[in-house]
Amino acid sequence: MKATRLALFAALTSALLAGCASNVKLDDKPAPVENRSTGTTSSNTGANNAGTSQSQVASVDLTKNQQAPGASVVYFDYDSYVVKDEFRPTIEAQAKSLTANKAKKVTIEGHTDERGGREYNLALGQKRAEAVVKSLTLLGVTESQVEAVSFGKERPAVQGSDEAAWAKNRRAEFNAK
Amino acid sequence: MLNRRTFTAASAGLALASPALAQFRVEIAGVGATQVPIAVAKFRDEDKTTQALSAIIRADLERAGVFRGIDTNAAIDETAQPVMADWRARSADALVAGSVTRLADGRYDVRFKLWDIVKGQELGGQSNAVQPADLRLAAHRIADYVYEKLTGDKGVFSTRIAYVTRTGTRYALRVADADGEGGQVALNSPEPIISPAWSPNGQELAYVSFELQKAVVYVQDVASGKRRVIANFRGSNSAPAWAPDGQSLAVTLSRDGISQLYTMGRNGESPRRLTTSQSIDTEPVYTPDGRTIFFVSDRGGGPQVYRTPVSGGGVERVTFSGNYNISPALSPDGRYLAYISRQGNAFKLYLMDLGTPGATPIALTDTSDDESPSFAPNGRLIIYASRAQGRDVLMTTTLDGKIKAKLVSTAADVREPMWGPYGR
Repeated sequence: MKATRLALFAALTSALLAGCASNVKLDDKPAPVENRSTGTTSSNTGANNAGTSQSQVASVDLTKNQQAPGASVVYFDYDSYVVKDEFRPTIEAQAKSLTANKAKKVTIEGHTDERGGREYNLALGQKRAEAVVKSLTLLGVTESQVEAVSFGKERPAVQGSDEAAWAKNRRAEFNAK
Repeated sequence: MLNRRTFTAASAGLALASPALAQFRVEIAGVGATQVPIAVAKFRDEDKTTQALSAIIRADLERAGVFRGIDTNAAIDETAQPVMADWRARSADALVAGSVTRLADGRYDVRFKLWDIVKGQELGGQSNAVQPADLRLAAHRIADYVYEKLTGDKGVFSTRIAYVTRTGTRYALRVADADGEGGQVALNSPEPIISPAWSPNGQELAYVSFELQKAVVYVQDVASGKRRVIANFRGSNSAPAWAPDGQSLAVTLSRDGISQLYTMGRNGESPRRLTTSQSIDTEPVYTPDGRTIFFVSDRGGGPQVYRTPVSGGGVERVTFSGNYNISPALSPDGRYLAYISRQGNAFKLYLMDLGTPGATPIALTDTSDDESPSFAPNGRLIIYASRAQGRDVLMTTTLDGKIKAKLVSTAADVREPMWGPYGR
């Protein structure tokens, strides 16, 4: 247990030194434990050889993105409910898991970005969730295993009023019941 | 020309009464609005109560758009014989004066009189004994009396509004006076609440709550807090609208695969599908005669406002300009349609005169995030949600868009307003 924590710390430290602070992945292959002292020592020398600010702090927020992005989320274009081809593997993986276990049930939660009315967005999110359900049933999933619901614009995945935030909020999520 | 006034006197007085969560501030834009200059003298002994009655009355009248308050320090009450020439010299067309007296049983006797200065005559007055908690209501009722005597229209100052606040991850459905003050919580929830709708008798609120991790429609008795689920079908249940007789509601259900309109009894009994399309149909609202439902559908591509008879059948498109028109609200006489229209990247409150076929809809605001319009029961004001200074705020506007008031809260986002009916 202690070794795992040290490995995690080492991974974070090396990521920090590499300057990719905004893109820390906790599931990256952990760096060897003995690298920790090396990394710490080099950062204490005051040398700024990596081109990274010495005041930089990498922020890891475990309250967000608890689901690995891409694994169980389908993203949509603005005002659209078309499931794009790039999310076929996601849908197929979910369908496989559901057809293999008929007792398994999931809720497909549709969401929208913040633009426009709450009720229309609720209906748009519902349409997105229904589109995902349809894709699943075409792959053999029983209708009683899945329920499409919507949160409209009420539960954004990320805060913000730019296209980057909006794109992450126009989505359908799979949630085990 | 822009003329902004804020009622600091009112806010100072009211702050004592209740920790003001929010309060409307009046912004007057444009010229040409005919406004009756009115003086509301400080009520005798109002300082001995928790409410600044004269300031509440003045703010009410100014927000309505047809009055302009005149400052006065006159120490008079309803027993005075005002010298008309003096008040004419101060450019007042009307005068209100009154008093508050504490009664032995703890209630307050609130008295007032209204004078028409131009004609030099008394227009009437009243005396009402009220509980201390109803002093604000007493002030609003005086404003209603004055408004009706001087304009011939019924006032809406003693009506209530419902709205939703969000503070961090907490949501609350609140009921407040029409001026945004005296708010009380009807429902606290860790999950979103949207689309409150007053029953026609003002005793119940229908709304959508996500407390079960999906959209479910509830009806709650406002006075007792007792509530019931009226629509919790597979999928989403939303957009409740009361029929004018209060015996049934229209809702949006996705139980048959896509959001469609249904009607049901007031307890959710015998749901009946009203629309049959392959598109989104939502946001139903009844016409005052209860025979037609206006709603939003994207059957033509983007969302537009349509109407259909409640008995079912022919669907007719209502909005044509713009490619995104949502959230219809009808004036109590059925003549005007308020709705939200997307213009470029902005969402604006629009008004369409249904009584003049072919009339061009007009934009009522210069804001860009308007939502959820609702008419006051006298049809003279519209309340709607918007954004200002990075917060969700509520606004009221006159139908010509000239007089606006903003409900600002420093502590919460305020949204989803719905103006209640007469009576409480």
